[in-house]
Amino acid sequence: MARVSSSFWKFSALLGIGWLTTLGLSRTAITADEPKPGIPWSQQKSGLEFQSKSNRERQEDLTVNPGMLWVDQGAEIWARREGVAGKSCQDCHGEPERMKGVATRYPAFDARMNRLHSLETRIQECRSTRQQASPAAPDSDALLALSALVAHQSLGMPVSPRIDGPAKASFERGRSLYQMRVGQLNMSCAQCHEQNWGQRLRTETVSQGHGNGYPLYRLEWQKLGSLHRRMRSCFYSVRSEPPEHGSEEHLALELYLAWRAKGLKVETPAVRR
Amino acid sequence: MSTARVIVPDRARKGETFEIKALIGHSMETGFRKNAEGDAIPRDIVTRFSCRYDGEDIFVWELHPGVAANPFIAFHAVATRSGDIELVWLGMNGFEHRERRRITVVG
Repeated sequence: MARVSSSFWKFSALLGIGWLTTLGLSRTAITADEPKPGIPWSQQKSGLEFQSKSNRERQEDLTVNPGMLWVDQGAEIWARREGVAGKSCQDCHGEPERMKGVATRYPAFDARMNRLHSLETRIQECRSTRQQASPAAPDSDALLALSALVAHQSLGMPVSPRIDGPAKASFERGRSLYQMRVGQLNMSCAQCHEQNWGQRLRTETVSQGHGNGYPLYRLEWQKLGSLHRRMRSCFYSVRSEPPEHGSEEHLALELYLAWRAKGLKVETPAVRR
Repeated sequence: MSTARVIVPDRARKGETFEIKALIGHSMETGFRKNAEGDAIPRDIVTRFSCRYDGEDIFVWELHPGVAANPFIAFHAVATRSGDIELVWLGMNGFEHRERRRITVVG
């Protein structure tokens, strides 16, 4: 027993040194003043941890996970030639597996277009410029299926968006939007999801509001839905006008959400109540 | 969106109990809801699911409006002989979806 615990401490110390080194390196590599999160990183919890046992099982067993129906459909659309250009996603990108890790970086700044893109607006962009196809409606099954397919390739990988360089302005905007009181109830995102997570709101436990499982299957919706749909629901709850899909405010908020979910594993397609 | 996910083992020993899992994409519109204009949304559901093992019905499920969207069912069967497992979903408005898997029974 004593031998076990001493090697355990040695191992932990080594891990600690390793962790500090990486932290030091990434600090200098990315930014000198990494912002402080509203919830300490050590207390960060995925929404999965607030779910019932049966719901967790429904998410983790991919044969049972209803969100996988959209992933399957996404794979069909991926290979389908569309638009005036008659190209499929596959023609440029290859197999969907090559998208591994891509979703962990979104929302991301696109230097060529000089704008921030969420995974969904990036797919829309591809549809209009590469395929020359009509854009898919923001909450359409087709777009959800494609974004679920792409995000699912990063299943289990840590969320790791970049908030430095050209993305910095959007990040700061998102951060202030997150703290800003809005609507007739005069509430901010942070009041629920940073100051009161873990408390009850009627029968629901307030989560930390992380977006690491989107697009996800919500039992209430009876289908897959986007992070924007979930955000709309929050805005309506505080009697406020939600930002339009793809707008600067929407993307800035998504970037801030991604940053505060940094390190959590991608769960797409997650299952929530 | 009619896609299904079906899990049937490829092989089983004779007399062994195995599990069949089946998930199908279907909105299961109850007929009780109304749209933004206040008009009733017509009912559109899957009404019957059946599982045929080597030509014989071994499991039948009648579905009703209370069943949630994208119905999932799991059940067990006893491996008796090699054969096809055919799953059939039938529903309103001519809905029909079929899946077929082969199971090899050894021993």
